[in-house]
Amino acid sequence: MPQTDDNLIDVRDLQFGYGERPILSSVNVQIKRGNVVSIMGPSGCGKTTLMRLISGQVRPQQGSVTVDGLSVPELSGGELLNLRKRMGVLLQSGALLTDLNVYENVAFPLREHTRLSEELIRKIVLLKLQAVGLRGARHLMPSDLSGGMARRVALARAVVLDPVLVLYDEPFSGLDPIGKGIAAKLIREMNDALGLTSVLISHDVAETCEISDYIYLLGDGTVMGHGTPEELMASQEPLVQQFMNALPDGPVPFHYPARPYIEDLLGVAV
Amino acid sequence: MQKKGLELMVGLFVLAGLLALAALALRIGNLGGVSVSDGYTVTARFDNIGGLKVRSPVKLGGVLIGRVTDIGLDEDDFRALVTMRLAREYNQLPADSSVAVNTAGLLGEQYLNMEPGGDDEVLKDGDEITITQSALVLEDLIGKFMFNKADEEADK
Amino acid sequence: MQAVRQLGAGVLNMLQGLGRSSLFLFNTLARTPPLLLRFKLVNQQIYSIGVLTFFIIALASFFVGMVLALQGINTLQRFGAEESVGLLVALSLVRELGPVVTALLFAGRAGTALTAEIGLMKSTEQLTAIEMMAIDPVARIVAPRLLGGFISMPILAMAFSVIGVAGGYLVAVGLMGVDAGAFWSQMQAGTEFGTDILSGIIKSIVFGFVVTWIAVFQGYDCVPTPEGVSRATNRTVVYSSLAVLMLDFIITALTLNSL
Repeated sequence: MPQTDDNLIDVRDLQFGYGERPILSSVNVQIKRGNVVSIMGPSGCGKTTLMRLISGQVRPQQGSVTVDGLSVPELSGGELLNLRKRMGVLLQSGALLTDLNVYENVAFPLREHTRLSEELIRKIVLLKLQAVGLRGARHLMPSDLSGGMARRVALARAVVLDPVLVLYDEPFSGLDPIGKGIAAKLIREMNDALGLTSVLISHDVAETCEISDYIYLLGDGTVMGHGTPEELMASQEPLVQQFMNALPDGPVPFHYPARPYIEDLLGVAV
Repeated sequence: MQKKGLELMVGLFVLAGLLALAALALRIGNLGGVSVSDGYTVTARFDNIGGLKVRSPVKLGGVLIGRVTDIGLDEDDFRALVTMRLAREYNQLPADSSVAVNTAGLLGEQYLNMEPGGDDEVLKDGDEITITQSALVLEDLIGKFMFNKADEEADK
Repeated sequence: MQAVRQLGAGVLNMLQGLGRSSLFLFNTLARTPPLLLRFKLVNQQIYSIGVLTFFIIALASFFVGMVLALQGINTLQRFGAEESVGLLVALSLVRELGPVVTALLFAGRAGTALTAEIGLMKSTEQLTAIEMMAIDPVARIVAPRLLGGFISMPILAMAFSVIGVAGGYLVAVGLMGVDAGAFWSQMQAGTEFGTDILSGIIKSIVFGFVVTWIAVFQGYDCVPTPEGVSRATNRTVVYSSLAVLMLDFIITALTLNSL
């Protein structure tokens, strides 16, 4: 794929591992501005690690990670902070600050990074809370929120600084069907209304396919397939087939690697 | 509103700390008493200072007028050289005052007791008090007493 | 052989922990000065570390003072010196019990709360979230807590001594009939601000610093699981209690020698 300025994120020949264990190898991902792009794959395939690489939490062993024209691994501490200010991140659990109420949680990045007046902060916070439908819940504490509501508050917080990019780590996990539907709708609407670029890490096929413009499928630490949701659904690739159709066995084996069962049963050669 | 309450509590807390410090200094300690830091220094030589220590009190008529600041040995005559600092407000002490090592109670701590003389000259910074009386050493006293008793017995 | 190897591993582990925590302390201290411009954050911590611990300290010190007076009179009576009980109570509290017992209670009440709070923030990804919002969690979360603990502890220790003396006064003068004048005068004659009280305050400053340091480090360094947080909390109590008692001996030896 040729590199153009259309790509907000450009990951090339990426290789990464913790210690000796490789997690990602020769990963290539290009994400266009304004798109909702999903990175899918079975649990433990390195999706979250890829996100940590994009947000600069960890550095790759080889290859390049470019976000908005900046090479992430080469950024200094201050430059990385500046990049992160333009990057909203929604973590799996929402990760609201438990000692602040909903309003203060959303206001938190504004208070830390800007010198806006209290009046202006109030306007921005209420606007974002209105967008996620929780303006009425602004006095609640995080412990009073359901999982779905907490996730929505976290979304409001992630976009409060008007970022160019929002990363979602498993935005659907642990939600009931209604919550999933709301989350999917919000992600798409936020993306289009605010002119964002959104990257989803997910393994919920239905919701992801519904809202994504483009999908990368990871498996075995590398890209197994990519395309629009329709292209992937029609793919003949065995792993893509297994994942998209939720088959229990296939290229991703049901059994953890072990010696033949009969040997274990007979207790031969312990 | 909530924030105001918190600030009030923190303010009270810090105030409690300051009050505690004041109580420690004035009520429990004796910082409010005689201040010797800006006083004047005099010395005295003793044959025996007993259990006198640095910071032991110097009293006159039972009133605290200063503290021992240094204890050393005079290399020439092998007597104890005691330096004491007296409070500035007591700067009219006669130059021929005498000083003795006394004990507060039978087993109490030892202190310097000053007896004023009759001189018109007053003690000044750096002066030496020449009339001194050493500490009573309990063992010596008992020893002397036993010795006298034995003599009396022998005389009979 | 195995035992020796384990000993080696243990020592290496300990040294590594010491290195990590020193580095952590250095990093935190470097981020402390900007807090003076945002003292609200520290205020909050003084409240949750200091103010909320105050009641326990007050109650404990009152009883400690009363017990000291009872025991003291009981013993001093044999020498007919029960008037010195004020001095005994004051010196024990100001020099030793005030700073030490306060530090132990402080570790149990405020230290564990700090470790659990920071550990929980780590295990629920709140620290990561803060980092992803381009905010330094050490500067925003850890530094105010360290400073808050550092400020709170000496105040608590001084309050402990004063309230303890009040408790002792109540028992000695109110209950056992010691003369109030003698109680105070003996105390004042024997307690030196420059040595006794100041050494107590120095102790409380050192203890406060060490206990808060251990607490925030254990929280920040914990394994981010419920079990990891509970272990870290446990370590906070054990390490800070041991550190307080050892440092108490060292500081006492140093200050007594310099007299």
